[in-house]
Amino acid sequence: MSNMVNVYFYGKKYSVPGDMTIMTAMEYAGYTLSRGCGCRHGFCGACATIYRIKGDNTLKTCLACQKQVEDGMYVASIPFFPTDKRTYSINDIKPTQQIMMELYPEIYSCIGCNACTKACTQDLNVMQYIAYAQRGEFEKCAEESFDCVACGCCSVRCPAEISHPMVGLLARRLVGKYIAPETEHLKARVEEIRKGAYDDMIEKIMQKPITEMKELYNTREIEK
Amino acid sequence: MFTSEMRESIKKVEQTRAERMKTEPERMTAEEKDALLKAFHPDYRADGFAEIKVGPNKGQKAPKELTELLHSNSILLSENIDLSKIDYDCDVLVIGGGGAGASAAIEADEAGAKVVMVTKLRIGDANTMMAEGGIQAADKENDSPVQHYLDAFGGGHFAARPELLKRLVMEAPDAIKWLNELGVMFDKDEDGRMVTTHGGGTSRKRMHACKDYSGAEIMRNLRDEVLNRNIPVVEFTSAVELIKDDKGQVAGAVLLNMETGDYLVAKAKTVVIATGGAGRLHYQNFPTSNHYGATADGLVLGYRLGAPLLYQDTIQYHPTGVAYPPQLFGALVTEKVRSLGAMLVNKDGEAYAHPLETRDVSASAIIRECAEGKGVDTPQGKGVWLDTPMIEILGGEGTIEKRIPAMLRMYLNYGIDMRKEPILVYPTLHYQNGGLEIGGDGFTKAISNLLVAGEAVGGIHGRNRLMGNSLLDIIVFGRNAGKAAAAKSRTVEIGTMNLDHISAYADELKKAGIDTGKTSPMLLPKYARHER
Ligand SMILES: Cc1cc2nc3c(=O)[nH]c(=O)nc-3n(C[C@H](O)[C@H](O)[C@H](O)COP(=O)(O)OP(=O)(O)OC[C@H]3O[C@@H](n4cnc5c(N)ncnc54)[C@H](O)[C@@H]3O)c2cc1C
Ligand code: SF4
Ligand code: SF4
Ligand code: FES
Repeated sequence: MSNMVNVYFYGKKYSVPGDMTIMTAMEYAGYTLSRGCGCRHGFCGACATIYRIKGDNTLKTCLACQKQVEDGMYVASIPFFPTDKRTYSINDIKPTQQIMMELYPEIYSCIGCNACTKACTQDLNVMQYIAYAQRGEFEKCAEESFDCVACGCCSVRCPAEISHPMVGLLARRLVGKYIAPETEHLKARVEEIRKGAYDDMIEKIMQKPITEMKELYNTREIEK
Repeated sequence: MFTSEMRESIKKVEQTRAERMKTEPERMTAEEKDALLKAFHPDYRADGFAEIKVGPNKGQKAPKELTELLHSNSILLSENIDLSKIDYDCDVLVIGGGGAGASAAIEADEAGAKVVMVTKLRIGDANTMMAEGGIQAADKENDSPVQHYLDAFGGGHFAARPELLKRLVMEAPDAIKWLNELGVMFDKDEDGRMVTTHGGGTSRKRMHACKDYSGAEIMRNLRDEVLNRNIPVVEFTSAVELIKDDKGQVAGAVLLNMETGDYLVAKAKTVVIATGGAGRLHYQNFPTSNHYGATADGLVLGYRLGAPLLYQDTIQYHPTGVAYPPQLFGALVTEKVRSLGAMLVNKDGEAYAHPLETRDVSASAIIRECAEGKGVDTPQGKGVWLDTPMIEILGGEGTIEKRIPAMLRMYLNYGIDMRKEPILVYPTLHYQNGGLEIGGDGFTKAISNLLVAGEAVGGIHGRNRLMGNSLLDIIVFGRNAGKAAAAKSRTVEIGTMNLDHISAYADELKKAGIDTGKTSPMLLPKYARHER
């Protein structure tokens, strides 16, 4: 099959097939994962990992489920990092710059080192979205942070001890709830249903015999 | 990244592209679909199933791997759990920290109930987090809940429970509104109109999305809301058995701390099972798109307590799982890729079927192409092409990056640029259509204070589910379960707690002459390789 490579899990050497991800390679090596493994497909951020390649002093971060092993890789997983989520009531806050100052004042201590961006496993411009948050530009912050999986790798590296994923999340919730334009057709439909506009029709279709339903289904018009 | 055989085949895909784009492949007739399903859908492979020999669904079939779990004894059979030492005492115990569980917890809390959520991994480490494509709701002028009903009923082979499907479609717009008001960023145009697309089997464009992070965007909002409300969330803690009382009610659950191995007791007036799917059972050796903890635990727990299953023999294989590269094997390629215009194309460059047939039909057609020598060989099997460059031609350059960034990133990691090259796909085990049976009110019929919500429910969709109706069902039925559980908890008095059903079940198994030598629920799949 594929070539074997040497990797070091927590400093201990294992020989594993070179086409595996860090996650599957750990299992190949005999690890039973309970922490540091969630979706296994790059969406949940459970598998934050820090690594260095032998002979190179650069520390890199990745998602273990998305990263292929390399020869000479020293791997340590970060199954939990104490990021600091502040609690609030979404109904009681307002989308003003003030709210960031109140909930996440430490973002104003950013020293612009860009370590967060370099660490981002999703290649997001993290420093930039923090800057947007500082300025109360929530839409831009939301857009820039949208693909964040909250792995916390940026926060691990931040000298200002900022909990970046929490900041992005707050901005996105503010945009979703308060800033993005309201959806009139949605409100109208909810209201129609509440008033019972579809009650008769739905009862009728529920009662129809299967043969009639088949006919209706197979001849229904499909929007282009 | 591609092999030379793959490269050869890509050339054919490119050669036929312009011609293919001029016409839409024809949709199959009802008869053609039936014949295709019978010949190629995994649900029709008799050797993938086994008869259930005990319990309420005795005599019916289920996938072999699930049957084995149902035929196994409780982890607690030889344990002596002291039920008088109670670690958590609450009105509503929510088992499972996915979208259904979180929605239930929020609504139960809103209704004033004392809620505790327990979940196997972290809250949000769940199938919900991974949903890419979107969520359905009939909220546009040319659409209606009745049209939505028809699409879902037909797509589910006319087997959905009408009272459940009615709730699903009628409460859909309100579910979207609720999510939006929590802060979910749906794709909208400048005027606030939802950007909606088709999904397989829809007759109206009613798929709402949040780029291709729809489930993640929903889940992170729900999670944040659960935490903001200070609802206790007990992570890395699985329910391993439900507790009963002397009145035949459910009275809580025995929990297992996944890290220390300690057992804990949760007492509750009502219990909501929201444990999700079963992809990690790898039915018929399929790879899966599901999260690590999708092992059908809730089904096993409910069944042992006497709650019947419905449609446990129907499984959804998503037509487009990753076939190549090997590191991504089984991961999902969202249906939205086809909604945006990519065609399914075989080794010879032929668009052999309409790209937006329902999932079971689409998956069967891919299996057929591969079985008949029209698939492309891959290290782990075979696959057909999904012609993604078409999306950029149809929607303009940049469409892929804007609409399906997660997909683009996933492939770029392995040196495949889906904007320029097609990708290889094969069906992946995706969704459990069946599950525990509930009534229109969300309660199981067998146990009066036990509710089920989300993918663990059977009957909402029938024997197949349309894209976007599951994210919808977890919100609609999750919210409903939370409200109903909170209300019910006000009238429930828990009697003497016991675990007698465990030994009763063991006796039944013994009488039926079954000994699997294993215990259930499974909790986590066994992936660690040990040389000896
Ligand atoms: C890759 C992927 C893409 C999808 N895309 C779409 C889509 O575009 N549109 C759509 O509508 N649907 C989609 N689906 C389906 C949909 O996302 C799921 O069916 C749905 O989110 C399930 O929600 P749930 O809350 O029922 O289960 P989950 O979200 O899986 O949550 C269940 C939770 O329970 C926990 N749990 C399990 N057992 C126990 C136990 N014994 N004790 C305690 N906790 C336990 C699990 O770990 C998990 O956290 C997709 C699914 C997948 C996997
Ligand atoms: S921005 Fe999000 S995805 Fe990027 S490193 Fe930070 S937490 Fe991870
Ligand atoms: S790592 Fe911290 S201090 Fe450095 S740029 Fe990022 S947010 Fe600012
Ligand atoms: S396990 Fe979810 S991102 Fe890796």
